[in-house]
Amino acid sequence: MSIVTVRNVTRRFGSFTAVDGVDLDIGQGEVVGILGANGAGKTTLMKMILGLLRPTAGSITLFGRSPGRETRRRIGYVPQDLGLWRDLTADENLQFSAGVFGVRPSPAPEGSGGRLVGDLSLGVQRRVAFAAALQHQPDLLILDEPTSGVAPLARARLWEEIRSRAEAGTTVAVTTHYMDEARQADRLVLMAGGRVIGTGSEADIVGSLQAVVVATDHWDAAFTALDEAGLAATMAGTDLRVPGAETAAVEAVLHRAGISAAVTASSATLEEAMVVAGTP
Amino acid sequence: MTWGVADLTVVFDGRKALDAVTLHARPTVVTSVVGGDGAGKTTLLRILAGMPIPHSGTVTVPEKRRIGYVPATGGVFADLTVAENLEFSGSVYGVADPAATAAPLLERTGLAPFTGRLAGDLSGGMRRKLSVISKMLHRPDLLILDEPTTGIDPVSRSDLWRLIAAAATGGAGVVVASAYLDESERASSVLVLNEGRTVVAGTPGEVKASMPGAVVDVESPADPTRAWRRGRLWREWLPDAPPSGVLPDLEDVVIVAALAETGGRP
Repeated sequence: MSIVTVRNVTRRFGSFTAVDGVDLDIGQGEVVGILGANGAGKTTLMKMILGLLRPTAGSITLFGRSPGRETRRRIGYVPQDLGLWRDLTADENLQFSAGVFGVRPSPAPEGSGGRLVGDLSLGVQRRVAFAAALQHQPDLLILDEPTSGVAPLARARLWEEIRSRAEAGTTVAVTTHYMDEARQADRLVLMAGGRVIGTGSEADIVGSLQAVVVATDHWDAAFTALDEAGLAATMAGTDLRVPGAETAAVEAVLHRAGISAAVTASSATLEEAMVVAGTP
Repeated sequence: MTWGVADLTVVFDGRKALDAVTLHARPTVVTSVVGGDGAGKTTLLRILAGMPIPHSGTVTVPEKRRIGYVPATGGVFADLTVAENLEFSGSVYGVADPAATAAPLLERTGLAPFTGRLAGDLSGGMRRKLSVISKMLHRPDLLILDEPTTGIDPVSRSDLWRLIAAAATGGAGVVVASAYLDESERASSVLVLNEGRTVVAGTPGEVKASMPGAVVDVESPADPTRAWRRGRLWREWLPDAPPSGVLPDLEDVVIVAALAETGGRP
């Protein structure tokens, strides 16, 4: 069953088209990761799904109806800045959002209840924000970079909670540009320039895109030569990678600079695919 | 000259913010310092930047004007233009012609068309790039960056890492703090901190090889206290198994190290 149905949705701001003819279906219990650079249209799309913005053209249905007050009751939303009142305690924050939804407040995590949110560590603040978003038992959870700044084990535990909600039937949409988070999704949707340009697994998104790998004892000289030639090299430990480039072009630059290197082609990473897609 | 700290301990309010931490920053080497909120990354970086923070242990850093320190926030003057920010930074560090020195860096990171714009009017990614460029014009011996890519989108992040690489190719020892481990695969050396203590340290290869036991992908874990999610599946750590299963990434290794320390649940 489709929980979120987006059909040919466009959103313009004046002459600027932020979202351009997007189609998207998210099924019940699915965890979908929405990826893209700044300006790709992720946030505008999420705001339309939340009912905060209306599409200029096209339609969105949530649980079979138009986004609005009734659908908002069924959504749990954790914005990137968490949306907590820093000068209220964790308990007061939970009571406030429980009051908004007319439900009983959940207990605050780990003895944080009586403490001001502004005094809590970021990891605990994130757990308070999750508790606040989950206490009305939403059917759809919308998360914006949910585990940014959290230590790996704490991040793993937060994802364990998100996954267990999904297994219980909650649908989850996550926007992120971190690969550690993207890997937790069942399905990825890559946006660029307001459009969906790829969907599926990590392998589906990367497709046939390659990165040229340069192994050399003179990585610094190789980096400088490639950079000056307009080939955007990135570091990968002691190797260099040039996503989206042709092997022959890289070899030619290195040859001209008199640098000996082993040059091979490798499948691009998800992040490299995002960079190539997001580079005008 | 190798810069860095050895056996560094810092105590704030009776709590150890850093506990016997060692980090070497060699010229042309990029070291990534990874940890969550409260791990001690910023304290370590501030000490490397020569700030007067009481500590025990050895600190070996260049003189202040040979250091470039990019704080997590700020680092540029919002009410000065891009060109004025660079001019100012150049004058502080004694750079003869800041505009000419910055030009190729601005060109390669997409900032060149915006030299007349107020820094406060730049996007977050552009502002961060300006902040980094303004701290590397004087070709520092030690460049220190506190979470330069947090909250920055992948395209700008890629530009930032190219600036970091350019600084290293110029001979700087570079120390970069990050909250995300996937980024550390780019660095040649990694130091993972948790609550002030070293969790793992070494090259990414060494760190992965140091993991005891094996990690496997399973539908449902035999021991949930030693398992974490990876999409629909679980990853489970088998402490006594011979190396087998999936090739762990840095994130797996750090989770295993945290589990080994706590004996299961955090």
